[in-house]
Amino acid sequence: MSSVLDWEATPNPVKENRAGNIGKAVDRYEGPLKVTGTAPYAYEVEPPSPPAYGVMVSAEIAAGRITAIDTTAAEASPGVRLVWTHLNVPPQGPRPERYDFFTPSPRPALQSDRIYFFGQQVAIVIADTLENANAAAAKVAVTYEADAPMAIFHDHLDEGVQPPGEQDTEIGDFAAGFAAAPVTIDDVWRTPLQNHCQMEPCATTAWWDGDHLTVNTSVQMVRFAQNSLAETLMIPAKQVRLLTKYIGGGFGGKGSFYEDLVLAALASRELAQPVKIAFTRQQMMHGTVHRPATVQHVRLGATPEGRLTAMSIMTVTHCDSRGNFTEHASNFARSLYAAPNRLTGHRLVRMDLPVASAMRAPGEASGTLSLEVAMDELAEKLGIDPMELRILNEPDVDPETGKPFSIRQLVRCMREGAQMFGWGRRNLVPGQVRDGRWQIGVGMAAAIRGNMLLPAKCSFSVDAHGVITVRQGMTDIGTGTYTVLAQIAAETLGVPLGDVRVEIGDSELPPAPGSGGQFGAATAGSAALDAGMNLRKAITEIAVADSASPLFGGPSQDITFQDGVIAIANRSERLADLIRRNRPDGLTADGEIRPAADARNWSQHTYGAHFVEVGVDTVTGEVRTRRMLGVFAAGRILNWKTARSQLTGGMIWGVGSALTEGNSVDPRYGSLINQDLAGYLVPVQADIGEIDAIMLDEVDDKANPMGIKGVGELGISGAGAAVANAIYNACGVRVRDYPITPDKLLAAIMAR
Amino acid sequence: MKTTITVNGEARALDLDPRTTLLDALRETLRLTGTKKGCDHGQCGACTVLVNGTRINSCLSLAVMHDGDAVTTIEGVGQVGALAPIQQAFLTEDAFQCGYCTPGQICSALGMLAEVAANQPSQETTDLTGPIRLTDDELRERMSGNICRCSAYPQIVAAIRAVSGLPA
Ligand code: FES
Ligand code: FES
Repeated sequence: MSSVLDWEATPNPVKENRAGNIGKAVDRYEGPLKVTGTAPYAYEVEPPSPPAYGVMVSAEIAAGRITAIDTTAAEASPGVRLVWTHLNVPPQGPRPERYDFFTPSPRPALQSDRIYFFGQQVAIVIADTLENANAAAAKVAVTYEADAPMAIFHDHLDEGVQPPGEQDTEIGDFAAGFAAAPVTIDDVWRTPLQNHCQMEPCATTAWWDGDHLTVNTSVQMVRFAQNSLAETLMIPAKQVRLLTKYIGGGFGGKGSFYEDLVLAALASRELAQPVKIAFTRQQMMHGTVHRPATVQHVRLGATPEGRLTAMSIMTVTHCDSRGNFTEHASNFARSLYAAPNRLTGHRLVRMDLPVASAMRAPGEASGTLSLEVAMDELAEKLGIDPMELRILNEPDVDPETGKPFSIRQLVRCMREGAQMFGWGRRNLVPGQVRDGRWQIGVGMAAAIRGNMLLPAKCSFSVDAHGVITVRQGMTDIGTGTYTVLAQIAAETLGVPLGDVRVEIGDSELPPAPGSGGQFGAATAGSAALDAGMNLRKAITEIAVADSASPLFGGPSQDITFQDGVIAIANRSERLADLIRRNRPDGLTADGEIRPAADARNWSQHTYGAHFVEVGVDTVTGEVRTRRMLGVFAAGRILNWKTARSQLTGGMIWGVGSALTEGNSVDPRYGSLINQDLAGYLVPVQADIGEIDAIMLDEVDDKANPMGIKGVGELGISGAGAAVANAIYNACGVRVRDYPITPDKLLAAIMAR
Repeated sequence: MKTTITVNGEARALDLDPRTTLLDALRETLRLTGTKKGCDHGQCGACTVLVNGTRINSCLSLAVMHDGDAVTTIEGVGQVGALAPIQQAFLTEDAFQCGYCTPGQICSALGMLAEVAANQPSQETTDLTGPIRLTDDELRERMSGNICRCSAYPQIVAAIRAVSGLPA
């Protein structure tokens, strides 16, 4: 196993960046296809023969069982080819008691008469056209015996249990430290259930060729879905080819897969015809996954000078009745501020609700909404600038593990952000600044999000034209994977960007874990770098051994790759010429990355600071973000343009979390009240004012051989808290129950 | 039902199920899949196309209602290798990430610019006496029917601004 120290010590083309491809604001590789509408997403892929269309029927109770299901009318409906319920769906692999993200396992569809949550799929109708399938689906008559669902999380807060395999972490003596602290904060914050609302609903187009299945679907993890599907169908994984070339947003919600994939595969086998199935927008809300609600109890104790002496976040959250997923809203606090006495942990309530899972920055996105506001409240109590309070409590080493930080530029993010934003000019007293009907306020918050590296493989080929092809079973969910892989390839092999092809999103390509947890670029990219280095080595060996090459005889270690030319000293030839002579069919090399054996000896995170200016209309309770600035430190940046888009995108998610986004459970049915995009309010164009994201120069040599880290989830972490703090500065009112909608804000303003 | 729709300049004679939306006719019947389905309920704008030059949500309209109409979809705006200026601007400004809302954003932007050129006011328009100034607020208001969950909103404003030829 490699060591972080080797990564640090070993130069490579990405670090050297001679051609300047790394970091550059390169346009998206697949961009021309996307702006012309010619990138085929899962439902749009052309199958080998005309497809049949599937429409799913979803449960209308949250708990109980199906007592009768009458499909005669649906079966007799025009164009219907097949109707399946739990009574006649083909056999599938058994569902394990509990499942997780990374271990493939069967996910059988339509398994029994039991209903575990509202919106669970209970039937599928396949017909010759979408219209006929829709009409027939409406004729499936389901009779239920409904149990009273355990659906209202806030009624069951004291029933939370320790998540499996976890413990609270306590350092020092929190209770004593908190009791002795002269200045304290002790409050409870609530964050709501949130839906991913990717613009592309989950969808699959499937067909069989003999006993080989091809599925085009929309998932973040290629191999995981391929293997799980094979186990569900009880066939060898090599008989399943899973393609996911273009994905209309994931955000964690496509980390797993759903009934569209399984049922399209089964139905296309049954009918010997391609089948496509898409979720409706309404089905997306219940039938996929969501970020669960949390209740976070934050306690801070400090000296009058502003030193934290005690710090605790205890989170209660929920998952589905058969689940394990825990929204780890307390975890990030373990690495953020120094305090000798600390206590963090989680309690999990299993409910008759749809399946909870990861959504963009699981943990941090929810947790920063409490602690980063609590810090603002503490600063006010102490009469200290909230940024200075954070700087005062900046730890030298990870405050919980005592490990050194790989690199930590949080203070620099805050200081530089403060200067650019004009933080020093703000009015300390809330409610003092007015602009017409708006009361103006500014707020700030820190951002932190962990960094990960997972095992991955990749292959690089060069053909007789000198064109490099990167192949990897990786995904691009809008993150920029295609583009950064092309940049790494161009830089590593010294070819123009236009001479790189990228093939991803295919289970037949070398496996990579996929997109999630902001580990994508580092993981996929590090494997790509290794493949590129191995291809360089293979090319070098051929060149120095080829008497027809000017590079014949070496010395190998002096070889350079630049502008499509390989050279040793002043002897050179075009890469394409060497390959054409020696390997007319091309040459391929494989690469691989694994976490370093000693990677865990460092505390590794990405950091940032958010600054926000809002306007609050104290008559209507309306809040507008006028200006947002984020300054981030996230290792070496591979592509300035795509990274910045990821960061500002995350910041806008933070605005949504603070102001508009949240779902509620209907106590009568255990359903989510907002069932579509009319009720569930994601930010729209008019909600977002001026916004900028700055990326500090940074290299984290302990993260991976390229010194890069992720940015996809950092932008949202802390952004909503900065908005909440700005609202307080504008109007002097705190709402600790997110989102801060006009009704809550007005009530708080009136109560004051 | 027999229906003839001119799509991207080409007359297409169709025999349609009267329940088929314009969106599904484009995507499934004509296999012009550039127009996207995000909600099928007129809530997201992913399905925006131009009908006789006016932007509409094609999911909210039955195809048979468009007999004789001229429809422009993203495929008619420009092609790979011959991008329309607005498509190039979206690429340059990185005005998308996953790309799923993008065809709708681009068609919507074209329709929106025509509305401004025709001096049609919006909620943000403060002066109804002169030509409309496409301020950022005006632009954002007019593009708020197109959701981008990837939240490329600032870049979308920049891209539209780059081709609008209109002062802020
Ligand atoms: S698909 Fe038509 S508005 Fe969403
Ligand atoms: S680019 Fe993904 S929704 Fe707009």
